[in-house]
Amino acid sequence: MRDTLAKLQGKPSVRRAAVAAAVAVVIVFPFVTSRYWVDVAFYLGLYTLLGLSLNVILGEVGLFNLGHAAFWAFGAYTTAILNTRFDIPVLVLLPVSALATAGFAWLVTSPIIHLRGDYLCIVTIALGEIVRLTLNNDPGGITGGPNGIFGIDRPRIGPLVINTPTEFYFLVWVIVILCAWALLRLQNSRIGRAWNYIREDELAAEAMGVDVRSLKLLAFILGAGLAGVAGNLYAAKMMVVSPESFVFLESTIIFMIVLIGGMGSVPGTFLGALVVSLFPELFRPLAQYRMLIFGAALVAVMYFRPAGIWPRRRATFRSLRKETGKA
Amino acid sequence: MITFIQQFLNGLTIGSFYAFIALGYSLVYAIMKLINFAHGDLFALGSYVAYSFLVWSAAALASVLGLWGALVVAMVVAAISVAIAGLVMERVAYRPIYPAGRLPAVVSALGVSIFIENFIMLVWGPRYQAYRSSFVPVGYFQIGELRISVLQVVILISAVILLGFLYWLIERTTFGAAVRATAQDRETAALMGIDFRKVIRFVFTVGPALGAIAGVMVGLYYRQISFSMGWVYGLKAFVATILGGIGNIPGAMVGGILLGILEAMFAGYVSAAWKDVIVFLVLMLILIFRPRGLLGEKVAEKV
Repeated sequence: MRDTLAKLQGKPSVRRAAVAAAVAVVIVFPFVTSRYWVDVAFYLGLYTLLGLSLNVILGEVGLFNLGHAAFWAFGAYTTAILNTRFDIPVLVLLPVSALATAGFAWLVTSPIIHLRGDYLCIVTIALGEIVRLTLNNDPGGITGGPNGIFGIDRPRIGPLVINTPTEFYFLVWVIVILCAWALLRLQNSRIGRAWNYIREDELAAEAMGVDVRSLKLLAFILGAGLAGVAGNLYAAKMMVVSPESFVFLESTIIFMIVLIGGMGSVPGTFLGALVVSLFPELFRPLAQYRMLIFGAALVAVMYFRPAGIWPRRRATFRSLRKETGKA
Repeated sequence: MITFIQQFLNGLTIGSFYAFIALGYSLVYAIMKLINFAHGDLFALGSYVAYSFLVWSAAALASVLGLWGALVVAMVVAAISVAIAGLVMERVAYRPIYPAGRLPAVVSALGVSIFIENFIMLVWGPRYQAYRSSFVPVGYFQIGELRISVLQVVILISAVILLGFLYWLIERTTFGAAVRATAQDRETAALMGIDFRKVIRFVFTVGPALGAIAGVMVGLYYRQISFSMGWVYGLKAFVATILGGIGNIPGAMVGGILLGILEAMFAGYVSAAWKDVIVFLVLMLILIFRPRGLLGEKVAEKV
């Protein structure tokens, strides 16, 4: 059974059909469900995007980043500040937030990029806390302190204002699908392979001439940039940003999305985000117990599937030969 | 000058809380190479257990043993219960997952942390709980303008005694040598006849117990405890661990005290709102310039 499934997964025609079916579901979904579920699906998209962005850092390169909410917050606040102060349209700020967050990541991770494993993990936690506390302390009166910033505009495309849950749903999912496609392409590029090499054996990678430092920085810059995009979308949807949205638990949840799904696996990230987003919905009747159950569930998932629910298949010589179609 | 001494003493007190918690992190990290994210929450659990115990029995106990006696009993009760919780946690959430690698263990630790935090919230409620004034000693010494509470003095003295005892245990006894040997090289230590299980049981008993004692002290000192306080204290104690050199027992003590003093001085002279930011900036600076900590020796990475 498992073998047939693996064989089917390997077939390009089957894979194409599966992707087409998934895209069809995404398109049809808002027209067959209620407003509530469309909203849930928006947040699912947002968390998928955050998961994909962390997957670049944690999944592809194996850099323990437990402060990813810092980049998300940076993107959201960039959008919020530039929009409310200078009236720059929110959609224009989408690439601006991405670039600003990427620059921020480059600035703050350059001095710490050489740290390994647990040390990097603890520094990124500290980074997340520094960003949150700074936003909370309102330096120079630009972040609005604990209340945050409100009155952010809706995104506009020409005359069309993105306002309803369905419109937001499509905005986020178009971006998610584009990102997923680009990241899948990246996996098979020189950069993607070098990233995986670093994850599996950093010393060997370095010995083979891989520029470890630059590639690690690149992963942080790219991942943070995507988190900046998620921040922009979040600010546009909520119309208000405040520091309490970017607490450590959020970083933990994004971390979980990647690890539950499977490190370095794009479909795994979708699945991880689905599990994490649906969890509170499924356990709504047990509202107050759901985080308790969530904690226990994490332990259980790591017990039964330490590599995640949908780990990335390793490319073997045989699988590569099949894919290229050569005997 | 008075402010300086006052802040210094406050810093020492907070620092000894960090030192207690940091020891738990450091011991577990030394043996398991795992950041025990749930440790801060065990500390909070200790605070709550002692709180409930005191609410339930403080009046009866105090009439027999006096207030101090009742507090000691409460600390012992909290330490034992949290040590049991620590052992159960190791058995359920770490031992089965540990062989799968580092990342699953980290996720499991985060899971346990979320679990304990929410457990506390469900049992004791999401609001602050206050240690009642009837079980907090109120006396103080007045030296000129300087006012030092009896509680502060007792906390500092017991910190010195407990930390001194632990230092002796780890650095001077045969069992301590076994713990240090395991920390350095688990396999070779096992070949030398050291019972690895015993060492693990030790670190998961002593670490949580010390954390629980710190929890009770924090409750008495600030009188206010919340279910989420484990996170902040835990994180800062971890910074203290790194400050002193991760896996280094005297280092954790020194790191805790230094961090407490730094924090109190910064809060007293510069800004209270930014004190946590400074703590985390110090962490980053330490890791950039002295990644092995202040007391840590340089260790070459094994290939």
